Amino acid sequence: MTLLPHKFGPYGGQFVPETLMPALIELEEAFVAARADVQFQKEFNKLMASFVGRPTPLTYAKRLSEKLGGAQIYLKREDLAHTGAHKINNALGQALLAKRMGKRRMVAETGAGQHGVASATAAALLGFECVVYMGEVDIARQEPNVFRMKLLGSEVRPVSSGTKTLKDAINEAIRDWVTNVRDTHYLLGSALGPHPYPTIVREFQSVIGTEAREQMMMEVGCLPDTVIACVGGGSNAIGVFSGFVNDEQVELIGVEAGGSGIETGKHAARFGDPSKGRVGVIHGTRTYVLQDEDGQIAETHSVSAGLDYAAVGPEHALMRDTERAFYTSATDTEALDAFQTLCHTEGIIPALESSHAVAEVIKRAPRMRKDQVILVNLSGRGDKDLNTVIKELGTEF
Amino acid sequence: MSRITEAFKNKPIFMPYFPLGYPDLDTSIDVIEALAKNGADLIEVGLSFSDPLADGPVIQHATQIALEKGIAVKKSIEAIGELRNRGVTIPLILMGYYNPMLAYGLEKFVRDAKEAGADGFIIPDLPMEESEEFIKVAGDLPLIPMLAPTSSPERMEMIARNAQGFIYLVSVTGITGERKSLAEGLGDLIAQVREHTSAPVCVGFGIGTPEQAKEVGEMADGVIVGTACVRTIGGSESPVETAREFAKSFAKVLR
Repeated sequence: MTLLPHKFGPYGGQFVPETLMPALIELEEAFVAARADVQFQKEFNKLMASFVGRPTPLTYAKRLSEKLGGAQIYLKREDLAHTGAHKINNALGQALLAKRMGKRRMVAETGAGQHGVASATAAALLGFECVVYMGEVDIARQEPNVFRMKLLGSEVRPVSSGTKTLKDAINEAIRDWVTNVRDTHYLLGSALGPHPYPTIVREFQSVIGTEAREQMMMEVGCLPDTVIACVGGGSNAIGVFSGFVNDEQVELIGVEAGGSGIETGKHAARFGDPSKGRVGVIHGTRTYVLQDEDGQIAETHSVSAGLDYAAVGPEHALMRDTERAFYTSATDTEALDAFQTLCHTEGIIPALESSHAVAEVIKRAPRMRKDQVILVNLSGRGDKDLNTVIKELGTEF
Repeated sequence: MSRITEAFKNKPIFMPYFPLGYPDLDTSIDVIEALAKNGADLIEVGLSFSDPLADGPVIQHATQIALEKGIAVKKSIEAIGELRNRGVTIPLILMGYYNPMLAYGLEKFVRDAKEAGADGFIIPDLPMEESEEFIKVAGDLPLIPMLAPTSSPERMEMIARNAQGFIYLVSVTGITGERKSLAEGLGDLIAQVREHTSAPVCVGFGIGTPEQAKEVGEMADGVIVGTACVRTIGGSESPVETAREFAKSFAKVLR
């Protein structure tokens, strides 16, 4: 019935109130039309180049590679994209779609604040009124991003319901959207939610994978053996994976937030904890969800707000089932160690989210041969995390 | 004749919503019994969910408290059985989000609900596109379809044509909660829906006072009152007494 496939195997779908169904259908139609419209593509590509600063570079992490003594490590530098993370790719793409649909207002949710900042930026650039919902817990730990959103002219509405994190911010954004759906676009920031969002977000983030593959071939002369990315909802991962998904020899690794450790129950590893991570429905999509026996969505924990979410994008669920991608996790401590390692060896301050991917590199690279190559998607920069890191490292720092 | 069909013999009907487990399980059962025995024609019995994205703050708060007090799907279904034991004979429709039902197991959920005496289901996050799986399992217990002011004529036709039980018409573009005035164009909206179906059309979202209920009752076959019911009864020191008065005040204007 939908124009595009609305499921990824058994996952995905459109589990939303009837009030929103017409909006999802309208969005899908607009997206399909835009994708086929050369003018739209031109406008998007032009913004990616002149405003975002794409293509983002591929950086050889020489000292990190030497220190680990195994595989050669390359970083896809999404941290260098305008606003400091990959989120801007999707925010601008969807804002252009919203303009095309004649919407005047956008709402967005944000966890780490990166998608909120990207949305506020897109709204300022293209002339939208913008409201960003953010959990009170996240507001406290990502304060610099709250200021940035406000400076960019958006309203940040604190969310005090439920666990006061990303999950609840999504609930509030959806409630706002249900109420104002006629003139409002919901700028969903990750590859989750109801169809067509997971497909739209992947499409706008696929620029990461397309560039990275080309850069690998041109600058390194080979495909990577392994591609690693962190997975919250999973938009940066799906973006970089999409460039290599047809290269069967390339191993794809997603890294979830292991929090205080899987065994403690305080984590956001949907795939990593079978006792709580089961297939269910949340925020309009069927996927792996951390939940209790009664189907109530579980509280999650991660040092990084952007990975602190109970569900994973539905396409990742399928890639995991089909074993096209493999998923593992890194704990808070491992991520903080990786954060410092990258600072010291490469002069790059990574986002705590991206530090989870770096943590997996640190585990994996020494076991690989020197002629093997790892590509890691450095999804964002860590300036927003300084407060958290200083607090976590304490006197040691 | 099913209990639902029976209930619609005298229209318009009064359909309050109340969540099980709020302010605690025993009180909620007493409240629902009081509503049933004092003028409610059908009750939407709420199942709690941690992330009720179609609900406003009042129902969110109530269901959150129910969860904190330990309500679960199993206890909720058992409460339906208890209400039947207490001689409640009106239709009881279970209203809840999809995930707890999936976690319980759809087949088991429907079987246990039916055995306990439930008459149907309302699942706000299960639109037509996703409902096939549930409808297949539900058998002769209806999944009440929802329509909204944003539904296109094509969707209205498709959804209304296959309606079982009755149609839940969401009167406002938004989430649950009382509004100062009724939605504009509600009469036209109801008329539009009726073009496609002979099933009863009940209106919910935004109706908070007996006056508003009376006005809606002149156009629709049923009036659904959720937030006002939860707020008034939940905020009362004697919830059961308040429930009696609440049901009477609405039933009176609809007769």
